[in-house]
Amino acid sequence: MSFTKTAVSVLAVAAVSATAAAARDQVQVAGSSTVLPYASIVAEAFGENFEFPTPVVESGGSSAGLRRFCEGVGENTIDIANASRAIRSGEIEACAANGVDDIIEVRIGYDGIVFASQQTGPAFTAFEPADLFNALGAKVLVDGALVDNPHTQWADFNADLPAVNIAAFIPGTNHGTREVFEEQVIAAGCEATGAFQAMMDAGMSEDDAEDACLAVRADGVAVDITGDYTETLARIDSNPEGVGVFGLSFYENNTDVLKVATMGGVAPSTETIASGEYPVSRPLFFYIKGAHIGVIPGLKEYASFFVSNDIAGPFGPLADYGLVSDPELEAVQQAIENEVDMTAN
Amino acid sequence: MTDATAETPRRGSGMGSLMASDDHTAKRNAREKRFRMYGLVAVCTGILMLVLLLTSILTAGLSAFRQTTIEISVTLDADRLDPEGNRDPADMGKVTTFGYAPLLRDGLIGTIEGAGIETDLGARDVADLISDESVAQLRSFVLANPDVVGQTIPVEVLASGRIDGFFKGRVTYETAELDKNISPAQLRLAEDLKAADLLRTGFNWRFITAPDASTTRPEAAGLGVAILGSLYMMLVVLCLALPIGVAASIYLEEFAPQNRITDLIEVNISNLAAVPSIVFGILGLAIFINFAGLPQSAPIVGGLVLTLMTLPTIIIATRASLKSVPPSIRDAALGIGASKMQSVFHHVLPLAMPGILTGTIIGLAQALGETAPLLLIGMVAFVREYPEAPWDGGLFDPATALPVQVYNFTQRSDPAFVERASGAIIVLLVFLLIMNLTAIFLRRRFERRW
Repeated sequence: MSFTKTAVSVLAVAAVSATAAAARDQVQVAGSSTVLPYASIVAEAFGENFEFPTPVVESGGSSAGLRRFCEGVGENTIDIANASRAIRSGEIEACAANGVDDIIEVRIGYDGIVFASQQTGPAFTAFEPADLFNALGAKVLVDGALVDNPHTQWADFNADLPAVNIAAFIPGTNHGTREVFEEQVIAAGCEATGAFQAMMDAGMSEDDAEDACLAVRADGVAVDITGDYTETLARIDSNPEGVGVFGLSFYENNTDVLKVATMGGVAPSTETIASGEYPVSRPLFFYIKGAHIGVIPGLKEYASFFVSNDIAGPFGPLADYGLVSDPELEAVQQAIENEVDMTAN
Repeated sequence: MTDATAETPRRGSGMGSLMASDDHTAKRNAREKRFRMYGLVAVCTGILMLVLLLTSILTAGLSAFRQTTIEISVTLDADRLDPEGNRDPADMGKVTTFGYAPLLRDGLIGTIEGAGIETDLGARDVADLISDESVAQLRSFVLANPDVVGQTIPVEVLASGRIDGFFKGRVTYETAELDKNISPAQLRLAEDLKAADLLRTGFNWRFITAPDASTTRPEAAGLGVAILGSLYMMLVVLCLALPIGVAASIYLEEFAPQNRITDLIEVNISNLAAVPSIVFGILGLAIFINFAGLPQSAPIVGGLVLTLMTLPTIIIATRASLKSVPPSIRDAALGIGASKMQSVFHHVLPLAMPGILTGTIIGLAQALGETAPLLLIGMVAFVREYPEAPWDGGLFDPATALPVQVYNFTQRSDPAFVERASGAIIVLLVFLLIMNLTAIFLRRRFERRW
C-alpha cells in the first residue's frame, strides 16, 4: 500500500531530522503576561539587529513561567522566565532541587497600575485608597463599627464620587497584578479608614487583621477578571458605571475609550511613577538561567540588549509603550555583564 | 391486524367516511403542524446565530485584508550607513535600526515638503505616521543590496496602525482628540498625503505571509508563521493518524475475534473521542517533551498531540464505513478463492475509502481548530522566525498555529489587533470551509450505494 510506504518514509525522515535539529539555536522565554508585550518588542528588535534568530516568547503567567524555568537545565527547558514579581524563596529552592542554581535576576523597570472607566461615563476622576477599600473591602468601618460592607453607591461613603452603583473589575487571583492591588491599594485603604485599627482593637492578631483587610467583598460588586486587560476593557465597554484596573501601558494605548483616575491626587504617568509620587506600581523582572549562557546562542546578548539604554532607557521603545524606566539601569547592565548569580550569597 | 380495522369506526364519529376529517385526525394534523413549526424555529435560530456570528466577524475582520502604505523617497546617507566605506554587509550590519530611523524620518519630511504639503507638526510627530516595522524593512533591504547606499530610492512603507485605522473608519477626528497616540493634525497630514497620491490603501498580502509582530506594530502583524505551523501539524497528523487509524480499524473490524478484550478496546476508543483536548496537551508535555526530549513550541509535538486527539475520530469513522460495505462483497471474494487479506484490500477497503477520507478530513478540520492542547506544549507564543522546510528539520523549529494566533491577537492592548484577530478567524474559517467542502465532494463523487 502506497500510503504505508509514505508514512514509513516520513517517519524515517522525521527520525533523521530529529538528530539534525538537536541543537536549539533560539532563545526561549516564558512567563508573565504583563512582561510579554515588552519582551516581544525587544525580541523583535533583537531579531532585526542581530545575526541570532528572534527569541520565542510565551506568556502564561509569572508563576507558571518560573515553574517551567525551575524544571531543570537543558535544551528542552526555557532560558528566561519573565515575572511581574520577584522570585520567591520557595521557587529558588525548587530551582536548586532541579539543578538550576545559577540564576541572574534582571529588573527591567516599573509598571504602573491605574484605575480607569469609560471615557464618557460618570466622573471617576480622583480616587484615594480609602475609597477603593470602602467600595470593595469585605468588612468596612461605618460610624465607628466594623460591619459587612453595606455600600451600594460610590457616593455612600464619599460625596465627591458619583452617585452610581459600585461595579469594579479587578485582576483575578491568578494575576501578579492582584497582589499589588491588594497590598498597595486595599491594605493602604484599610489603614487609612481606620478599619485595620478597629480589627486590632477587636482582638485580632496583626496577621489576621492584615488578611481580613485584604478580603474583597463577595456579593458580585467586585468582579475578578481572570483573563487579560482586553477582557476588563470589554466589561467596561458594556458597563458605563464600571471601574477597571489596568496596566499603565494598556491605558496609554486606549486613551480614546478610557479615562484614568488620579490616586492620592497624582495622575499616573511614566514620570510620576518614576519619581515615586504615584503610589501604585511594581517592578518587572526577568530571570536568566546562568547555565545556559554560552550554550544557547544569543542568550546573553538578548539580555544585554533588553536593558541597553537604546531599549529600556527613558527614551527607548519600552518607555514609549508605557514601561517606567529603571533609574538604576546601569547597575542592572553591570549585573548582566558580570553574570551575577543571585543565589550565590 | 384485523383488530385495527374493526376498531377504527368505533373511535371515529361513527359516520366512517375517510373524506370528512374527524376530531382525532384534526388534532393529529395540528400536532404535526406544530412539530414542523418547532423544527422550523430551531433551524431559523441556528441560521440566525450563524448569520450573527459571520456578520460580526466579517465586519470586524475584512478590513485586515486591506493595508495603508505610504510612498517616500529616502536618501541612504553613506556616512551613516557604511562608516567603513567598503559596502561590506558584515560591517554595515553594525548599524542598527536605531541608525536607520532618522533617515526614514528625514525621507518622510522631505517627501511631504516635495509634495508641497504644509504641516506644523514636529519631526517626531510626523515620523509617527509610519510603522516602526519600516525601519527594519529598510535595513534588511539595504543589507541585501549594499549598492544602493548613497542613492535616493523610493520605498513603500506601512502606515502606522492608527493612520491605517483612520482610512478604515476605526479612528476618527473625535477619537484622535482623546487618543495619546495620534492627533487630529496627524490625521489631516495623512489626508493631504492621500490627496497627493503618496498614501494608498491596497490588498494586504503581508497579512497572510508576514510573521507576527509585537504589540506596537499591529499594522505589520501577519499569519505567515501560524499558517505554516498549522500546515506542518496537519502533515504530521495526516501521516500518522491515517495509517494508524485505518490499520487499527481494519484489524478490529475484519480480523479481530469478538470477545471481551475487543469490546473493552471499543469502549475505550469511544471514550477517548470524548476526552477534553487539554488532557492530550498534558500527556504531550509529559511524554513528548519531558520524557522523549522533543523541543518545545515545535509543530512535531503539536502534530503528535493532535494525532492522539484525532485517532479516535478516524477509527470510529473508518469502522463505520467498513461496516457499511455489504457482507455479500466479502463473501463473493472469499467464494472465488481470495484470501481474507485480499478480500479486504482489493474489495472492501476501496469501497470504504470515501467514508474513510471524509472521516479523516473532518478529524483534521477538528484538529486544525484546536488550541487548548497547544497551550501546554509551548505553541502559544510570540514567534517571528519562519520554520525551515519539513525536510530540513522544520518540524522541530518553533511555530504557532492559526487558532493560537487568534488568541494571541485578542490579548494585545492596541485596538488595531481586534481587526487582525477577526481577520485571522476569517482565514481559519476559509481553511475549514475548504476542508469540509473537500469532504463533501469526496463523498458525493465516490460514494457507492447498494
